[in-house]
Amino acid sequence: MQPAHDIALLLARFQFAFTVGVHIVFPAFSIGLAAYLAVLEGLWLKTDRAVYLDLYRYWIKVFSIVFGMGVVSGLVMSYEFGTNWSVFSRRAGPITGVLLSYEVMTAFFLEAGFLGVMLFGMNRVGRGLHFAATCCVSVGTLISMTWILASNSWMQTPRGYMIEPGTGRFIPADWLAIIFNPSFPFRLVHMGLAAFLSVAFIVGATGAWHLLKARREGRQASGPVRVMFSMAMWMAALVAPLQVLAGDAHGLNTLKYQPVKIAAMEGDWESKGRAPELLFGIPNMRTEHTDYAIGIPLVGSLILTHSPDGRVPGMKDFPPDQRPPSYVIFFSFRIMVALAMLMVLVGFWSLWLRRRGTLFSSPGFHRVAVCMAPAGFIALLCGWVTTEVGRQPWTVYGLLRTSDSISPLALSNMALSMTVFVVVYVIVFGSGMGIIARLLARAPQEGEHQTRPSHAPDIMATSTHPRVIDPSSDQGT
Amino acid sequence: MMDFAYWLPIVWAVILVAAISIYVVLDGFDLGIGMLFALERHEGRRDVMVNTIAPVWDGNETWMVLGGATLYGVFPGAYSTLLPAFYLPIVFMLVALIFRGVAFEFRIMTRGTGREKLWDFGFMAGSGIAAFCQGAILGGVVQGIRVVDGAFAGGSLDWLTPFSVLCGLSVMCGYALLGATWLVWRTTDVLEAACRKWAVWLAAGLFACIVAVSFWTPLLHAPYLRRWTEWPNIVAVAPVPVLVVVLGGLLAMGLRRGHTRVPFLCALGWFFLCLSGLGITVWPYAVPPGLTLWDVSSPPSSQFFQLVGTAVLLPIILTYTVYSYRVFRGKVTQADGYH
Repeated sequence: MQPAHDIALLLARFQFAFTVGVHIVFPAFSIGLAAYLAVLEGLWLKTDRAVYLDLYRYWIKVFSIVFGMGVVSGLVMSYEFGTNWSVFSRRAGPITGVLLSYEVMTAFFLEAGFLGVMLFGMNRVGRGLHFAATCCVSVGTLISMTWILASNSWMQTPRGYMIEPGTGRFIPADWLAIIFNPSFPFRLVHMGLAAFLSVAFIVGATGAWHLLKARREGRQASGPVRVMFSMAMWMAALVAPLQVLAGDAHGLNTLKYQPVKIAAMEGDWESKGRAPELLFGIPNMRTEHTDYAIGIPLVGSLILTHSPDGRVPGMKDFPPDQRPPSYVIFFSFRIMVALAMLMVLVGFWSLWLRRRGTLFSSPGFHRVAVCMAPAGFIALLCGWVTTEVGRQPWTVYGLLRTSDSISPLALSNMALSMTVFVVVYVIVFGSGMGIIARLLARAPQEGEHQTRPSHAPDIMATSTHPRVIDPSSDQGT
Repeated sequence: MMDFAYWLPIVWAVILVAAISIYVVLDGFDLGIGMLFALERHEGRRDVMVNTIAPVWDGNETWMVLGGATLYGVFPGAYSTLLPAFYLPIVFMLVALIFRGVAFEFRIMTRGTGREKLWDFGFMAGSGIAAFCQGAILGGVVQGIRVVDGAFAGGSLDWLTPFSVLCGLSVMCGYALLGATWLVWRTTDVLEAACRKWAVWLAAGLFACIVAVSFWTPLLHAPYLRRWTEWPNIVAVAPVPVLVVVLGGLLAMGLRRGHTRVPFLCALGWFFLCLSGLGITVWPYAVPPGLTLWDVSSPPSSQFFQLVGTAVLLPIILTYTVYSYRVFRGKVTQADGYH
């Protein structure tokens, strides 16, 4: 294979990893935040306590930014399969393209259709309908996740297909088997919890930041700050342990269907029973050895087989051209697990403080919570790297190689588009992060709805609200 | 040939053309409003322009995602040849759409930081570049691409010809007209009057573009010429140019006599006729000049499964899209206490 093809392939892979890596953060953020907003508005309608409405108005500003960035970065993804991976598209499109279309029709339109009402429609449609719109957007984000993970899981554990002789296309034979493929339920739960957890830690860190700030300024933190911090810590305490269980189940599923991925994640070369769990090491693909390995005896077998004598796979059980790059996923997996442990710890710590009644007056804990702001998202990205790099060298596991999936493109095109995407993403999404940081640096107020932060798309802020002359439209609240 | 395998691609071609038409019309006035930022400098009036589309633009852009996803699932042979062929205009279009998409929020959120000018410019330039690229891609498809063994085999700048550039400029002009007539409908006072004036010039420009493209297209490939000039085809296709002229007259009259909706509806009519004309021209090819709809189709099991869902979901989507437009109906004005 000529070197230009290899470089183009590497660039195409890097470009996909980069664009999807940036993208994945926003839908995950939207999934968690939309659900949080729906809960807040529901609580407001049920209890009529203003603090929930204040928080709703505070977080919806962030949501509108996050959602917009998710839409535009996702638009890129829906065309990148064709521009960079045309062979994959032609062969797998009859399956993955159809699943993507279902995602657009059942989820994207639902989200986009009701987002306008959610952001701008409070005084046009009334409370009940507005709550329904928020729920539609939230449900839309969940449906979207379901379809894309069905498609992604099918690439990991393909089922329900036939391969057409001559063209090599994947022909759908059984759609239920395609959608409910073996790794799908595990991935769905793991990813869904990851989205909730990521947002919980962002909300928690924002609350903690404002608790610290209030303490420094010698005043009591406002009601909304305390409520959001408390809600986020409940989520951390409840969801982080659940996520560990879900991750464990997903790992066992991977061991069954993609054992070489597990071997590469663990840096194990020889299949053996009573295997240690490596805490550190540098897997070397050439010498087929993990250098500088430090491990705990028996724990590897214990984690993977739930028995100290259990047999775990080694990469040498598989031909070299079927092994994923262990030196990447060995580390990404460990970072994810370490962050998960920290998140569980923060959750339990919060429970203990809550019992002692000092949840809002423990600055040490609040500082930790601020530092943990990106923990969920970093863990999510590391987990994604582990599963996708662990799928290599295949796009459709065991059936279509990544090197055979790429478009017949000139290297110069690939290099140009890569440069353009990096520059534009840094400017646009960098600015977006900056704007979100500025919004969060301002504490939520009691009576958030009465303040009109200049020109922000607050749902009651008439300054940017499209004002209407049509007299027939005053049936709202 | 099995009947099922014959009819499914035709049904899908109709749905796809409908989806693209809906996209062009809906996002057309969005992008047009972005381009009109070049003519309207007043910040308050710019806000009004944006506010007429702020609640609906996400949904409008979703039709483009639907177009991409449908092509991917239903005509993967076209998706996997057209996208590499139009690699550069697609990349630039996506980047332009990113800039203008985030500018909706960013231009307001950054106000007072000195960076809001960047996002106003991003909104304008992004809209213009996206419109040009879409037109150029459309023109590029009509002029055809080189395909060998079902894969794109041409160069990365093959799409760039005087014809595709003309198509790009035509779409820019057309979108700006849609935007101006939309604003005539949805705004008042100074802005409405200005848009009326711009619309006249844009309509004249678009009419010239339509005439130029219409005479140029049949010269690209012999079958195109036959489609439009041979008896008895000519009877079936003759209404298209006649209607273009009739609608042009209505549009001019609507603008002069102060109608609010007529100009926008006439502009929509023009777009519908142009897209129909293009459809008539390239039929039955999906990737001219070599690949027909049937060559690029996914297997019937894919197309049928997706058709079932589409038949149920598309009407629902249209229903709540209409609902969301109705929630935000009526004239939009500059808010009180704004300046």
